[in-house]
Amino acid sequence: MELDILMIEDEPNIAEAVRFILTREGWRVDLHPDGAGGLEAIAQQRPRLVILDLMLPNRSGAEILDDLRAAGDRELAATPVLMLTARGQAVMAGGQADAVLSKPFDNEDLRAIVRRMLA
Amino acid sequence: MPFEGLVAACLVYVALMFAIAYAADRAAERGHVRWLDHPLVYTLSLSVYCSAWTFYGAVGYASRSGLEFLTIYLGPTIVFTGAWWGLRRLVRVARMHHVTSVADLISARFGKSNPLAAIVTLIAVIASTPYIALQLQSVRLSFEVFATDGPNGAALDDGAFGGTGLWVAAGLALFTILFGTRNLAADERHHGVVTAIALEAIIKLLAFVALGIFVVWGLADGPADVLSRMSRAAADPQTAEGWVLQPDRWTVLILVSAAAILTLPRMFQVMVVEAADEERLHVAGWAFPAYLFAMSLFVLPIAVMGRELLPAGENPDLYVLTLPVAAGQDMLALLVFLGGFSAATSMVVVCAIAVATMVSNHWLVPAWLALRQIPAGDEADDLRSFVLNARRLAILAVMAAGWVYHQASGGTAALAAMGLVAFTGMAQVLPAMIGGLLWRGANRKGAYAGIGSGLVLWMSLLFLPSVGIGGPLPVPEGMDAWAATVMLCLTLNTLAFVGVSIFGFPDPVERLQGLSFVSAVEPIRHSRMMRADDRAEPLLAMARRVWGAERALRYFESEARSQGKSGYLPDLTPRFLTRLERRLAGSIGSATAHAMVDRVAGGVALTVSDLLQVADEAQRAKEETQRLEAARAELARTARQLREANDKLTALSVQKDAFLGQISHELRTPMTSVRAFSEILKDPSLTAEERTRFAGIIHTEAGRLTRLLDDLLDLSVLESGRAQLNVSAANLHDVITRALSAASATRSERGFLIDRDLPSEHLAIITDVDRLLQVLINVISNARKYCDAVHPVLIIRVRRPEAGGAVIDIVDNGSGIDSGRQSLIFEKFARLNDPARAGGAGLGLAICREIMLNLGGEISYLPGQGGAAFRILLPPRPPVQAGMGQDVSGTVSGRLEG
Repeated sequence: MELDILMIEDEPNIAEAVRFILTREGWRVDLHPDGAGGLEAIAQQRPRLVILDLMLPNRSGAEILDDLRAAGDRELAATPVLMLTARGQAVMAGGQADAVLSKPFDNEDLRAIVRRMLA
Repeated sequence: MPFEGLVAACLVYVALMFAIAYAADRAAERGHVRWLDHPLVYTLSLSVYCSAWTFYGAVGYASRSGLEFLTIYLGPTIVFTGAWWGLRRLVRVARMHHVTSVADLISARFGKSNPLAAIVTLIAVIASTPYIALQLQSVRLSFEVFATDGPNGAALDDGAFGGTGLWVAAGLALFTILFGTRNLAADERHHGVVTAIALEAIIKLLAFVALGIFVVWGLADGPADVLSRMSRAAADPQTAEGWVLQPDRWTVLILVSAAAILTLPRMFQVMVVEAADEERLHVAGWAFPAYLFAMSLFVLPIAVMGRELLPAGENPDLYVLTLPVAAGQDMLALLVFLGGFSAATSMVVVCAIAVATMVSNHWLVPAWLALRQIPAGDEADDLRSFVLNARRLAILAVMAAGWVYHQASGGTAALAAMGLVAFTGMAQVLPAMIGGLLWRGANRKGAYAGIGSGLVLWMSLLFLPSVGIGGPLPVPEGMDAWAATVMLCLTLNTLAFVGVSIFGFPDPVERLQGLSFVSAVEPIRHSRMMRADDRAEPLLAMARRVWGAERALRYFESEARSQGKSGYLPDLTPRFLTRLERRLAGSIGSATAHAMVDRVAGGVALTVSDLLQVADEAQRAKEETQRLEAARAELARTARQLREANDKLTALSVQKDAFLGQISHELRTPMTSVRAFSEILKDPSLTAEERTRFAGIIHTEAGRLTRLLDDLLDLSVLESGRAQLNVSAANLHDVITRALSAASATRSERGFLIDRDLPSEHLAIITDVDRLLQVLINVISNARKYCDAVHPVLIIRVRRPEAGGAVIDIVDNGSGIDSGRQSLIFEKFARLNDPARAGGAGLGLAICREIMLNLGGEISYLPGQGGAAFRILLPPRPPVQAGMGQDVSGTVSGRLEG
């Protein structure tokens, strides 16, 4: 079964909240809790959407995003990415992400953005 | 008056002179020269003419020879009133040529000839030695008058006073060296000495006038009475013989004393060398004759009254002292004594400076230079210190010679005779001096002939007879033997000078100097001969040393171009050399520039005064450079401080931004969970388990927020230094035990072995125990959280260092911290490992560091211990906090707030 969303997030409580919210909407959500191995997880699981935390241990979300966009597999490189950031200015972190959501977020905003991106 | 009192008065007086001289020198150094340069100070300093010979001897002279003593005052008076334009010219020319002495003047006029200056110096030394001896003698005699406590007291054993002359000579030598050789300025002015001498002049005058008033109105019945006594004395056949007016003697005496004021080394020193400019002669022109008049007014009354009132055998040279002593006027006698003392000392000091300058400049330095090469720029220092030392040595030698002469002569000769010998000796310089100033035809050979013959004649006919070698010249009947001899010497001297000058030819330098002296115009730089181009190369090399290669090359190139030449070596035309010298002078001073250009371009040999100026300018340039260097260093320091402050501010600003970003992140993370789950909780379809679990998460995250805020506040208080320390005594063992049990509350999935050395832990410590506990708990908890060993072990070791306090090492057996990140762990938010397991905000070690700083100790990471290793240094006591009354039981403000 195809994976809808891969979330790379190190904060377990935030990860649990996001997963709960999105699972309730009917999407299949998987979690990778570390920056290290994040890109490999994406390449392996081929999610339709990646929710990527900016501040990750070992490898930052920005680096993972750069690697992803530079991937030889064009389909993989084009994977839509929603960047989550706890740094105030989301714009700065945006870069090549398709959408940016700053923490803390409104649950409804999260649902709306993901819905649009998966549509 | 007791002898001791007299000595004490002398010492006080001498101390006063030292203080005045010192103060004046300091004022001059600070540039406060206005009052020092006042024409009245100058005029008073001229009174150094009135030595002890005049002070004591004039009365003796008058008592022996009537009015003849007046000639000694008339000569200078005529020079100052009648011929002041000549004096003015002398001062102008001397200042123009930076003349330092009468010998230097003669030498400068006659082609900068040093042998000539050496001969004049010889005359000065021979003439000054007995003159200085005379001053020492007068001091000794005046001491004796007091010590025998009566005019007729038996002469004391020589041993009692033989030392007087020595002490006086030694003291004056010290004064002269201290204030006469302080520096080596080109203008050779000594403000301290001159000011002290001006004050001595006032004391001299006050003493003498006070005595005169006492004699005329106290001992006699006013001026009329004195006049009648004088005419009685003149009628007395016994005295009349000496009182006959002899026109030939008078003429010669006036001539000799007029010559003396121009040529005596000490007079030339105060009148010409110490003069700032010629303008002060306006005042001195009338003020100095007035001073002389005041000094001479009471001479005759004192002489007459002395003869009448004192016993016949009394020494008339000492009437000025014996009269008040005999009259029981102790204070007046003391004042007179000090007057005589000041007359003697001022003469000796100035004379020593003047003669020593000549001896060092015209004997010692040329000898030194003859033994060495001409000094280059860096040797100028060497020369300078040599000159100063030579001058000090010369002062000592001059003093010593005076004292030896005084001892050898036995102090028997009449004071006046010794003074006149000195006068006539220096008068031998007069023809060459006047001729040099007024007559362009005068030349060096003439000066040699005149001064040389004068020296020989004076030595054989006047000086040697005065010390008992050879007899006086036989003269025709009816002529005064002394006057005839002096006239013979001066006439032959003048004839030789004029005659040889007429038949001799001056060399070009001499001719130019002659023109400059006679016309009193600025000296013209002698034109340099044109040289071959191979001289231009070394000139360029020299200019390169001064200016640097590029500028020197550019200048030489432009000069060559202006001469219509290609390349960068211009012809050494006088025009070019003068321009080059002027440009160089802007960088290294004119004398140095002149000397260097001359040396390289092959000009005339340097004279001693040139070299002195070189030394002086080199010194001044050095001081200027040092001052500039200091100012530059100061500027650089300020700039660096500003830069550092700016860097620090920039770094602080960057840190602040990073810190705010971190705080933002650390606050938003728990808030995200809280917000998300609180919204989720609104969903009515949640199961009970889900509700409980989510509420638990919210609770945990809210607690995390609270802890973060607490940490931030704690850190802020600690960093600001406003943290209140609650200091108390404790056992370190107990503190560690409490810390371990508190830290064990930290969730840890594994067993954790603690390795302690219990006996060594029992150390009494004085500190804020709660704060120390906080640090220990933090470090131990970190170990529990991060130690990645399979069987984690925590080793705690404690010892007391020599300085007191305690050292606590906490080491685990994990993989430790990367060496690259060890320096970061005490920074805020420097959380290194998985934050999920840490649960903290990364402020712990930063807080630990601040706590330890507040406790006066420190916490550091110990690299190379296998695992993570922390060392906590605890001082014997925490530092007393600024502005906070703190004691062991806590702070006052703490209790009030609490």
